[in-house]
Amino acid sequence: MSEMLADWTRGVEAIAYQQCTACDARQYFRRSFCAACGTPEPETKLASGEGTVYATSLVCRAATAEIRAHVPYNILLVDTAEGFRMMAHGDNGLAIGDKVFARYEQFAGRLVPYFEKAK
Amino acid sequence: MSYVTGVGLTSYGKHEGASSLDLMSRAAALAIADAGLKRTEIDGVLCGYSTVSPHIMLATVFAEHFGIRPSYAHAVQVGGATGLAMTMLAHHLVDAGVAKHVLVVSGENRLTGQSRDASIQALAQVGHPDYEVPLGPTIPAYYGLVASRYMHEYGLTQEDLAEFAVLMRAHACVHPGAQFHEPITVADVMASKPVAMPLKLLDCCPVSDGGAAFIISREPTGSAGIRVRGCAQAHTHQHVTAAPALSELGAEISIAKAKAASGLAISDVRYAAVYDSFTITLAMLLEDLGLAQRGEAAARVRAGYFGRTGEVPLNTHGGLLSYGHCGVGGAMAHLVETYLQMTGRASIRQVHDASIALLHGDGGVLSSHVSMFLERVR
Repeated sequence: MSEMLADWTRGVEAIAYQQCTACDARQYFRRSFCAACGTPEPETKLASGEGTVYATSLVCRAATAEIRAHVPYNILLVDTAEGFRMMAHGDNGLAIGDKVFARYEQFAGRLVPYFEKAK
Repeated sequence: MSYVTGVGLTSYGKHEGASSLDLMSRAAALAIADAGLKRTEIDGVLCGYSTVSPHIMLATVFAEHFGIRPSYAHAVQVGGATGLAMTMLAHHLVDAGVAKHVLVVSGENRLTGQSRDASIQALAQVGHPDYEVPLGPTIPAYYGLVASRYMHEYGLTQEDLAEFAVLMRAHACVHPGAQFHEPITVADVMASKPVAMPLKLLDCCPVSDGGAAFIISREPTGSAGIRVRGCAQAHTHQHVTAAPALSELGAEISIAKAKAASGLAISDVRYAAVYDSFTITLAMLLEDLGLAQRGEAAARVRAGYFGRTGEVPLNTHGGLLSYGHCGVGGAMAHLVETYLQMTGRASIRQVHDASIALLHGDGGVLSSHVSMFLERVR
């Protein structure tokens, strides 16, 4: 049943992850099994959107005309409160260690997660 | 045992009108001649890939084009680590008696064969198709992310990173085949256009045309004896999102295994050839490999440690950053230069002592690693 949870990669304003029913490992890239121990059918859950900035890179040179319209945009790696790491967009001024919260934006015709500083 | 017995390298930069197969052929012919072999003596072929001319059977496409009929041939794909991964495989193949002389070859008209945008877009596809690529990252952005974290944890500055670009350019200035010959300063790097912060244009390797090849043989074919003393790989992840902590990256794993395989220590190393797709790549790898203490690599550059007359000369041809980067051939130029240094044929770039060399390649986003020690035995 948890397979039905849609997230931003399918155009829905949500961040999904998987949790192993056997070893409790969390994973972000969806699979039909746990990559840590191999147990099938990990449980899919929705994340809270809370996290901490792990890394940032402000992209100033893009490869396609469609994406160039968004330059510069800040790409982040965020360590989520649920314990997995994800790539997302975020405010330009964000620094490593900042507590952040997810919202969503349109980017080159698709929905993407966008983090701003937590209030 | 296995020996490097010949090398071939074109200039890097623009080769208008040359195809990937043309560039591979030029480098292969040079390497075979350098080894003193006839083309019919090549019984193994390992080749990389070409983003300009992708093919599911590039090794046999090349063998037919070049006019040889090897008894062992296929392509290898490990991104920037492909050249050393092929060398490691060739080492094991000749050691196991599968082939006598393996031609390792790659070449690509990546600069003139497609637009820069096409190159940037093709390479960005190493990202995760669902979870990364839709966010519009580029290869510099993947490394920019790593750079921001590494600088945060170990206190490096952008000026520190710039030192590596300046060093590679200084080395390229005295190599006639290098893509860039204009000296640059730290200020030039700092003032160059932002690409994916903290990386600026001069922190990034260029896109180039070029070809490189070498021969790995069971026995030396001439008076020189340059053998593979030991090598190892490590693969910890593909995507930067799934990368382990900075202290658990693959370079530390592969160098530990290569040291064990060779019985050598970092203090034995007289010459270093280290992957340098970006300044951060070089800084991190030097520190991961133990050629500098954590956070100290830039200080060693400033002190001349990695210069031609320093304690451990590094990438004396100018590296990917300034000799150029034509894909798989890019890092193969590191081995070509190492072999020339070890055989005393590096002309005005010749270092005092290159009797033991350490080579290291990185593919993906610090995803795949190959460490290798070469030793001069005669």
